[in-house]
Amino acid sequence: MAGRLPFAPLADFRPKEPGYQPMPFRFARIPGVDGKVLVTSEVGEFEFLDETDFRAFASGTLSPATDAYADLQGKHFLVEGDPSTPLRMVTAKYRTRKSFLKGGPALHVFVVTLRCDHSCRYCQVSRQTADQARFDMSAETAAAAIDLMFQTPSPSLTVEFQGGEPLLAFPRIRQIVEAIEERNRVDGRAITYSMTSTLHQADGEVLEFLRRHDFQLSTSLDGPETLHDANRPRPGRASHRRTLEGIGRVRAALGERSLSALTTLTRESLKHPEAIVDEYVRLGFPSVFLRPLSPFGFAAKAAQRIGYGMEEFLPFYARALAYILELNRKGVAIQEAYTGFLLSHILTPFPTGYVDLRSPTGAGLGARVYNYDGGVYASDEGRMLAEMGDHSLRLGTVHDSHADLMQSEGMQLLLATGVAEALPGCSDCAFLPYCGADPVFNMAREGDPVGHRPTNAHCVKHTGLFRILFRYLAEADPHVMRTFTSWVTQRPVQRLPDAEAA
Amino acid sequence: MLPLHTRAVISGALSRPLLKVLDLAEALRGDVPHEQVAVHLDDGIDVDTGVLRDLGFAAVMRPSATGMRPDDALPVICGLSNIDVVNPGDVIRVRHDSGQLSVLYRRGANANSLFLTEQCNSRCLMCSQPPRDEDDLWRVRELLELIPLIDRDLPQLGFTGGEPTLLGPLLPELIRACKAALPRTGLHILTNGRNFADTAMADSVHEAVGCTTWAIPLYADVPSRHDHVVQAAGAFDATDNGIYNLAERGHAIEIRFVVHAQTLPRMQRFAEFIWRNMPFVSHVAFMGLEPMGFAKVNRDLLWVDPVDYGPALADAVWHLQDRGITTSIYNVPLCVLPEAAWPLARQSISDWKNIYDPACEGCSMRPRCCGFFASHGPAWRSRGIRAFRFEEAAE
Repeated sequence: MAGRLPFAPLADFRPKEPGYQPMPFRFARIPGVDGKVLVTSEVGEFEFLDETDFRAFASGTLSPATDAYADLQGKHFLVEGDPSTPLRMVTAKYRTRKSFLKGGPALHVFVVTLRCDHSCRYCQVSRQTADQARFDMSAETAAAAIDLMFQTPSPSLTVEFQGGEPLLAFPRIRQIVEAIEERNRVDGRAITYSMTSTLHQADGEVLEFLRRHDFQLSTSLDGPETLHDANRPRPGRASHRRTLEGIGRVRAALGERSLSALTTLTRESLKHPEAIVDEYVRLGFPSVFLRPLSPFGFAAKAAQRIGYGMEEFLPFYARALAYILELNRKGVAIQEAYTGFLLSHILTPFPTGYVDLRSPTGAGLGARVYNYDGGVYASDEGRMLAEMGDHSLRLGTVHDSHADLMQSEGMQLLLATGVAEALPGCSDCAFLPYCGADPVFNMAREGDPVGHRPTNAHCVKHTGLFRILFRYLAEADPHVMRTFTSWVTQRPVQRLPDAEAA
Repeated sequence: MLPLHTRAVISGALSRPLLKVLDLAEALRGDVPHEQVAVHLDDGIDVDTGVLRDLGFAAVMRPSATGMRPDDALPVICGLSNIDVVNPGDVIRVRHDSGQLSVLYRRGANANSLFLTEQCNSRCLMCSQPPRDEDDLWRVRELLELIPLIDRDLPQLGFTGGEPTLLGPLLPELIRACKAALPRTGLHILTNGRNFADTAMADSVHEAVGCTTWAIPLYADVPSRHDHVVQAAGAFDATDNGIYNLAERGHAIEIRFVVHAQTLPRMQRFAEFIWRNMPFVSHVAFMGLEPMGFAKVNRDLLWVDPVDYGPALADAVWHLQDRGITTSIYNVPLCVLPEAAWPLARQSISDWKNIYDPACEGCSMRPRCCGFFASHGPAWRSRGIRAFRFEEAAE
């Protein structure tokens, strides 16, 4: 009987010949994580290694009998023997992580007007004017833009309305949505509508329209009243109060989940991380998006007064995140949206729908902007750059074809400089698998799409954020890990909190 | 637990060994061809068997009768040693020579499986059904006869072995037979997946897409440990390729992990490995050891008291469940698991596995618990076994 044959021991199944091949990896030492080296793989898996294991691994002498060897092998940092099977899994993971490239631009931004009733100090583009004809999108431009959008192959499309304050051009929004619905009866794409708005103009008829088309709305809320109103002046003031009223109306008409808010951080904001978070909790938001100022338009001019360096932003972020995690520990479910994107890149095998942190860049490849004047841009920031006088990311006009736009000089510039894997300073960075290229930002800040990494604000910001997050991941506090998991899965973690200690 | 075999007295010459047992009313409904039906007649029911013969029925079953009646016009199956073994709706095999009567399909059982082959290309340390290298093609021929006799409203039918892919083209033939006879029945096929590394083999089962879950064991995140557990060099790579080949062709896949001393060291890493490399799987099952077959031989190599691995198991199952992959624990009694793991602990899917210990007497969690394997003994008894009082269960 077969059972009489002896069973072979584990050692018999290890390779007969010593030696393994390391797969491409990058590494970093994280401040506050002593004695450990972070290694990351091409497909975003990571491991913290002891210094001695790390040195042995890198020099090809790590013993197959150690846990570190198995840990690295299980994550495909090293392969032994015939590498074809692990390579097959690695390529599947790589395809999955980069699958956002498959359908072409899925986010289509319609800038229906530049007019706005606010005069925010950090605003990039808006205009206060009564001259509708000059700063509103025409019906013909809108029709051509819709046609252009449907030329992209993506099976799902997000139609986003931006301004200015888009609701000042509500009739145009209605025309666009109705035309898209009509066209989509035969085209059959999965379409999501979204809009960034102050909501001040969102009343009866508008709300009914937004509800009928299941809009996802996003509004600006900079924190408590004093801070918000100081950041966002308007004639008659009271921006905060009017925003809260708008939030109330939208929630009543469209439901809680249809609305999110984001905050733009001025120099003044940096002093109040807890107060900003508390305001979001008070208003019942599940998420706060802490956005540093972007270096465009008026914001660039006002930089002296309201701006700050990333080295000032990072301590603010660290304090805000610690506070948010403390709130979660107490049972208050609030998340920081950008952290959610970064953690999704780190902790899951999937890409996110977030277009602003990708490699290859989301500009032009994941998103496209149809400006009020008929210009087509690779990203929202691309048209802001144009408002500053740099038209290099104007891909063409709404009367061009999809193929023309994708072959435009602007796209060629983005493709040449928008792949982080090929950028100096990025190509060997341990955080590369989780980060992205932002040539548009680099052009605004440095006048050059590649950017100079040692002084690059995008790089300072993201390496800083990743260091903070990986320190948390190294500590692996069960409560923090549970909170992080719920952020990346976008659902509550079901495991009982009190059971973790068992 | 109801046995699958008993002895019977057979009078007259049966035309076929495989019979569907039906009561008179159902037999007359004509859903099953009469020549494959044994009409089940309870005591006291007086039926003219000449009429049944004229209607073309194969036999009569009178479970508790001692013999044939003088006027019987059909072969009679009677004198069952255990009359509870066979009930209307079952499919039986009757061996004329020995009088052995076996139930091949039991109506209403919570799991029905077809046993395809005793052959296997792995030799797992804990195999509960040690393989035998015997020509068992007769099984396939019998199954092809059996499948059309199975109730058409059966929700799920298992294929087990042995390794079913060793049947080559006969496996797709069995799948086709099930699809034809049982179009609404889901198939759950246990395989080590190694042969699906061959794309031709993976192509050959294309008819299984949409009606089948392939249940494939994977015991580690690294080759050496998995290969050791299944005692076959190269098995881990072959199974991974098999899983990918099936997934690329649209098949549904369940991953199975048996928890014991040789798999425990990589269990947590295994969960992350599945999430990173196979997030497409539809189910991951973590299972306690079945103290049968090779597991008994290798007891000292395998045994870990479940009380000692409970917390690690809770971590592993929630790691996957919280990431959206449906995950279950089978074959580990609730009293040896931390409460955190209870929501994912299922009752065993097979009737024969739900056995309870004397210590379970009066336990108020019994209705939710999987109990034990029939064959467990003192060497396999966790020190954590105990009964829950009503108040504890209510919490």
